[in-house]
Amino acid sequence: MKHPITLNVNGTPYSVDVATAQSLLYAVRDQLGLTGSKEGCDDSECGACMMLVDGRPTNSCSYLAVQADGAEITTVEGLGEGDELSPLQQVFLEEGGVQCGFCTPGMLIAATALLQANPSPTAEEIRIGVSGNLCRCTGYDGIVRAVLRVSREGASV
Amino acid sequence: MSATYLAAASVEEAVNALKGGARCVAGGTDIVVGHRQGKKPLPASIVAIHGIDALRGIAAAGAGLRLGALATHEEIESHAVVRERFTGLADASAIVGSRATRANGTIGGNVMNASPAMDTGAPLICLGATAVFQGPGGTRSIAVEDLFAGPGQTVASADELLIAVDLPAPALGTGSAYVRLEYRRQMEIAIVGVGAAVTIEGGKVTAARVAITALAPTIHRVVAAEAALVGTDGGRDAAAAAAAAAAAGSAPISDVRGSADYRRAMAAVMARRAIETAVARALGGQVSIPASTSTFAAV
Ligand SMILES: Cc1cc2nc3c(=O)[nH]c(=O)nc-3n(C[C@H](O)[C@H](O)[C@H](O)COP(=O)(O)OP(=O)(O)OC[C@H]3O[C@@H](n4cnc5c(N)ncnc54)[C@H](O)[C@@H]3O)c2cc1C
Ligand code: FES
Ligand code: FES
Repeated sequence: MKHPITLNVNGTPYSVDVATAQSLLYAVRDQLGLTGSKEGCDDSECGACMMLVDGRPTNSCSYLAVQADGAEITTVEGLGEGDELSPLQQVFLEEGGVQCGFCTPGMLIAATALLQANPSPTAEEIRIGVSGNLCRCTGYDGIVRAVLRVSREGASV
Repeated sequence: MSATYLAAASVEEAVNALKGGARCVAGGTDIVVGHRQGKKPLPASIVAIHGIDALRGIAAAGAGLRLGALATHEEIESHAVVRERFTGLADASAIVGSRATRANGTIGGNVMNASPAMDTGAPLICLGATAVFQGPGGTRSIAVEDLFAGPGQTVASADELLIAVDLPAPALGTGSAYVRLEYRRQMEIAIVGVGAAVTIEGGKVTAARVAITALAPTIHRVVAAEAALVGTDGGRDAAAAAAAAAAAGSAPISDVRGSADYRRAMAAVMARRAIETAVARALGGQVSIPASTSTFAAV
């Protein structure tokens, strides 16, 4: 059974038909063609698929697309302005918060959600804030440094 | 029955769908994740309840508090009154999953999923919480301590929607805590968990509740542990005696996360930490939330 829904992704409304059990991740990647968000585990362990759904950090692989009908969704594609990186994205590069890049879209979303709730987190709060996001490359230190720096510089996320 | 999907706008609409055989999904962090993991396929007919405004929020109810079924762990752990007066519940919601789990996972889903290892059950039982249901025939209330029937099972019927969890005002001089044994601080499932609520008047424990998690097929009270506290000063010896009783009241299983012997041994440790934290809080002391982290660091 297919359901017509509207997904407001990064400010643009899209109309799509989705099956009941279909994930939000599948709808955004395969139907809308926004492939920034990644599929790592497909069952809510790794955070590579993380999006903001009405502001809530959400593992989109395990969230029903039908339940996102009408919601405001932010993916990594919505963080910068065109080709210009957001301050958070820029410091991730400068501080070694990115290596292979697979975790980065979800990591940036988790960090964005953290900074929205807590604009000046401690290193410990950052580790807790991104604890649902696995990174097999960086050892996390560069990621923590990047979030600390962007919060100290007071740049808007 | 044919497959259906409904995004219910009201409690009545949702109950109607349940009566027709649909199963509900709130935050989806158990039911949808279970489907993705291949543990249990998504039910053919689904009623999504995330859009029902009447189920949202945390509000004063008389001298106590009403948690709407859709109240998320994040809302609960950050709620000033929960932190101040129902502290054991804040301890539990603060350690559920990761931030994304807490932002989406609801108290209703946590309770109705009825895992013997879920975190809010023990503190809810210790705080005397009641689950409020709406079914086709009207509403009824079930004490959370009487709700769990087995792993994944409650005594509620399939056409009853949990609408709220009510917390009665704790007696003056009450402190509560929930502590779990965890191998890591986030994205964890309790290996052993213990909740405690203790009331102290004039230097004596006048009431106590202790409940255990991941130590039996259901989360439940251990009356012998409670009896070991009442009438004492709630000090080290009393806490140790109560903790031993809590461990004796457990019937753990062995699995990949821990053997039954290990769980039983750790039950006494976790029970002592939970009881000592509840006592400290009853006496006006500050033990930071979540107690799992602060009591681990203190040992
Ligand atoms: C990565 C991860 C980590 C987790 N960590 C923890 C943890 O540390 N501790 C813990 O306790 N849990 C944990 N969980 C489990 C889960 O997040 C919680 O149990 C959460 O509170 C479930 O809420 P939900 O709204 O997502 O439930 P859903 O998945 O929407 O529903 C769960 C069940 O309850 C039923 N249900 C939901 N709402 C109602 C209602 N109002 N009336 C009747 N039935 C209802 C559904 O039909 C379903 O059977 C974790 C899950 C994940 C994915
Ligand atoms: S792909 Fe969604 S959490 Fe891993
Ligand atoms: S940069 Fe490779 S997984 Fe994080």
